[in-house]
Amino acid sequence: MATTTTTDFVSPEPSTTDNYLNNEKGLLSWLLTLDHKRIGVMYLFSVLASFALGGTFALLIRAELWTPGPTLPGVTADMYNQFFTLHGAIMVFLVIIPGIPAALGNIILPLQLGAKDVAFPRLNLMSYHVWILGACFMLLSLVLGAADTGWTFYTPYSTMTETAVIPAAFGAFVLGFSSIFTGLNFIVTIHKLRPKGMTWFRMPLFVWALYSTALIQVLATPVIAITLLMLIVERTFGIGIFDPALGGDPVLFEHFFWFYSHPAVYIMIVPAFGVISEIIPVFSRKPIFGYKFIALSSVAIAILGFLVWGHHMFTSGQSVLAGTIFSAITFLIAIPTAIKTFNWISTMYKGRIHLETPMLYALAFLWVFTIGGVTGMFLAVMSVDVHLHDTYFVVAHFHYVMMGGSITAFLGGLHYWWPKAFGRMYNEQLGRLSALVVFVGLNLTFFPQFILGSRGMPRRYYNYLEEFEGLHQLSTVGAFLLGIGFLLTAYGLLSSLRKKFDAPANPWGATTLEWQTASPPPYYNFATPPEVTQGPYDGYENLEYDEKIRGYVPTKA
Amino acid sequence: MTDTTSETQSNAETNGHSAPPPGEHELHGKAEAHAANGNGGGHGHSQYPHLAHHFDSPQQQFDAGKLGIWLFLVQEVLFFAGLFCAYTVYRAQHPEIFVYAHYHLDTTMGAVNTCVLLVSSLTAAWAVRNAQLGEKNKLVINISITILCAFVFLGVKYKEYAHKVHEGTLWGHHFNPQHELWELDTFKSKHPESAKLAEKIAAIQFEGQAKRNPHGEHQGSGAEANAPGPTTPSLPGATAGAADSDTKVRRIQSLLLQASDETLHPLVAAGIIKHNIQATTGLERPATAHIFFGIYFFMTGLHGIHVIAGIIVWIWMLLKAQRGQFGPNYFGPIDYAALYWHLVDLVWIYLFPLLYLIH
Amino acid sequence: MADSKAPSQDAPHNHGLAHTTPVWLLVSILLVLMFLTVLTVAVTSFDLGAQGNLVVAMVIATIKAGLVVTFFMHLAWDKRFHAIALAAGVLFLILFLAMVGADRGEYQIDIDRHGEKYPFKVK
Repeated sequence: MATTTTTDFVSPEPSTTDNYLNNEKGLLSWLLTLDHKRIGVMYLFSVLASFALGGTFALLIRAELWTPGPTLPGVTADMYNQFFTLHGAIMVFLVIIPGIPAALGNIILPLQLGAKDVAFPRLNLMSYHVWILGACFMLLSLVLGAADTGWTFYTPYSTMTETAVIPAAFGAFVLGFSSIFTGLNFIVTIHKLRPKGMTWFRMPLFVWALYSTALIQVLATPVIAITLLMLIVERTFGIGIFDPALGGDPVLFEHFFWFYSHPAVYIMIVPAFGVISEIIPVFSRKPIFGYKFIALSSVAIAILGFLVWGHHMFTSGQSVLAGTIFSAITFLIAIPTAIKTFNWISTMYKGRIHLETPMLYALAFLWVFTIGGVTGMFLAVMSVDVHLHDTYFVVAHFHYVMMGGSITAFLGGLHYWWPKAFGRMYNEQLGRLSALVVFVGLNLTFFPQFILGSRGMPRRYYNYLEEFEGLHQLSTVGAFLLGIGFLLTAYGLLSSLRKKFDAPANPWGATTLEWQTASPPPYYNFATPPEVTQGPYDGYENLEYDEKIRGYVPTKA
Repeated sequence: MTDTTSETQSNAETNGHSAPPPGEHELHGKAEAHAANGNGGGHGHSQYPHLAHHFDSPQQQFDAGKLGIWLFLVQEVLFFAGLFCAYTVYRAQHPEIFVYAHYHLDTTMGAVNTCVLLVSSLTAAWAVRNAQLGEKNKLVINISITILCAFVFLGVKYKEYAHKVHEGTLWGHHFNPQHELWELDTFKSKHPESAKLAEKIAAIQFEGQAKRNPHGEHQGSGAEANAPGPTTPSLPGATAGAADSDTKVRRIQSLLLQASDETLHPLVAAGIIKHNIQATTGLERPATAHIFFGIYFFMTGLHGIHVIAGIIVWIWMLLKAQRGQFGPNYFGPIDYAALYWHLVDLVWIYLFPLLYLIH
Repeated sequence: MADSKAPSQDAPHNHGLAHTTPVWLLVSILLVLMFLTVLTVAVTSFDLGAQGNLVVAMVIATIKAGLVVTFFMHLAWDKRFHAIALAAGVLFLILFLAMVGADRGEYQIDIDRHGEKYPFKVK
């Protein structure tokens, strides 16, 4: 992009009244804001709070599994079912689906496009309030006798069980619309609000990722919405679409459910890919390798992701014909994903690697996501899946990709963009330490689960055979270590907010547009709409580190 | 070495903080006259009172809104997809349920509703034209007619629903039809011979059973002797002796064997008689006939909710139109509302033949 | 107050922000749609076989839908991306129906067996 003289924006002490955090005060100025950055910040704290709640349920689960049989006082097998249902539902619908797009994307997307806001700021605010409404229904379920069906709500159990399925399902239904509106907003923003000179192939890869994710959000989410609505109607009116006792078909429910929920996992991971694509070039001081391939592979994954849902249903009663088709296409999806991974590694090759916290998370991602992805291929093979379905192998696989993939990338992006969003640098030492603890914790939690699963430990089971106790205990220790890691991360980030604004406009020496405005930006983002004349990762050689401001500035001519 | 001085900074302030551009950002209290930096003011935001601050021109704003509403419509298509999928799956596997059930629907009312929605689509599209040309009075008229048509649609639907409640053709365990298929006018007028045959068979099949209360109170459960109408393929009346049953079956069988294929076909297609005539011992309703009505109420109900939402949107548009807010530079909301309304029409264009015009 | 300023300079069309559909076209399309509706109903009096009527009905419905989408919804004069978006949505709808329908066809036998063992009775 056109390099600007950044002296105008790089002020060690940005005015406390001219950035978006300080320009207005009061609760209503937040709750009724139309500023995408404030909406993003609200999402960020809401999502992190939900993560803490979902994580609490995770720790309850792991604690209960310390020994076979009843472990925690007062926790029955039925209650255990509620724990994993709530853990899953909260993590999927409240945390990881909104996650990167709503929290990081809302703050950063318009900035990366040099725009003043997203295309529909009021719709954006509505998305957030709809999220809150959905969260309230989820909490209502918790209070009214939490659902115990698993987050997948399979029929006929979900139409029969006495627990509060309807609030939970309705909550997820409402949350779906929050997701749809966010996706819709991002697609229009990317189509219509790009700056002069930013052709499609000069967009940052985070933007490509958000675009592909948004396509999935708009096309897939309505299907889960109607499915959950059908579930609620079935429970209330007994229409008999899914319940065999009424002549219905429970496998049909699974088809409906997974038609969304498989693309949903791509909603979870594709933005994470985008974050990694942003971090690696900057901290390797080298333009991304294979830009077009990474950009188009995001779109390919989005599309292919719609064709593989049956791989969740190999043992459900689905026909072998369908299973074969789904299995074959699932193999294909590994290809665009691998292309990305190879390109990231090639970017680092012969680069000058800087190991700040964001890069540590990106490196962790490469390791952990690859394990998660490859184990997905194990599960894609029908004959192997017959043994591994509904075992801890599956649990380990998806936690590796969701925790090791999405959450790791989320934390990396959070540290990367923290100075931009909040105007303060977090404590780097603490950041590195917590990254290490998180990495060790997550591997210790989930790697033993691969072994447990392949040896036959079923998932969603409260009780288990003695022989599994050792591995379960390893996993539980890992889980608590992971929790400590997250607490350290939270402390490291939040304590930085007590400082005065001290972040330069461009602490990392990145070349995308968001770094060309102050940290934090003024509410209108850019005084002058930027013009773009080069690719998003070109120009590292034109930036040099300035000790005085502890940030990067254009090299003097 | 690339040139590091930037063209875009030609208007840069010398201090680090430029004044915010003017515009419609209502929450920002400082509506200062903007600095002379040629950007915000040049877009003429004050010239276009409906132009939002983050758009550069009315064209950009309009195009963005158009794309936005189209994406919303795409997700609506996928939203209804689930129900169309359920419909497809059940109709493919149980065609007789659908044939049976559609006789309970009134094709004329369905066709009337189709025409009503088509007219409302015309007035909606016409309203867009009116807005574009700034024809305020015509715009108000066309929106009003659209709303009126929507109410007519809902009125007809209400009549249909009320009739179904009265008839007992509801979902799930509430499915308790007051009239058998061959007693319905729709069936009798289309297949008079088949209806007569069915009556004769029914007369034999339910000989000696108490006639049910005409207001349809259910006397006892399922397979009891007093149960109205056949619900299982088994012989009627647990109380009937085996010998009586045999005679009945033989008489029914002889009627069936004497009947022509043309007479039998509508009854077979509706699942009243099994395909295998030899194995038929009497008339029966298709066992899961209630599923059709579950799907029917869900699909038309969801569609009706969308009609209601459309009415609310149109009333809002009517108020804005009456205040004269629309003209050549600002008619997006009318356009978007009309697009939504056309989608509602489109869904009904498919629902009508699928639910009402089953052969 | 009416927003009656002159059309924006950067409008790609020669009048205003978008093409204006002529009234005669709108009314003609309506008449065609009404005719097709009548046709759809009339066709049901002919027996075209188990699937024939359904196919004919769906073809006519799709023609009607096509007319609404092209003329009432303006796609004939709109940006191509809108048509692509709609086509994508319809494509995914068809994909969904096709795969699920095909799979259901394959395992229907399990449902039938279950239905025979536990026939549904309205309570």
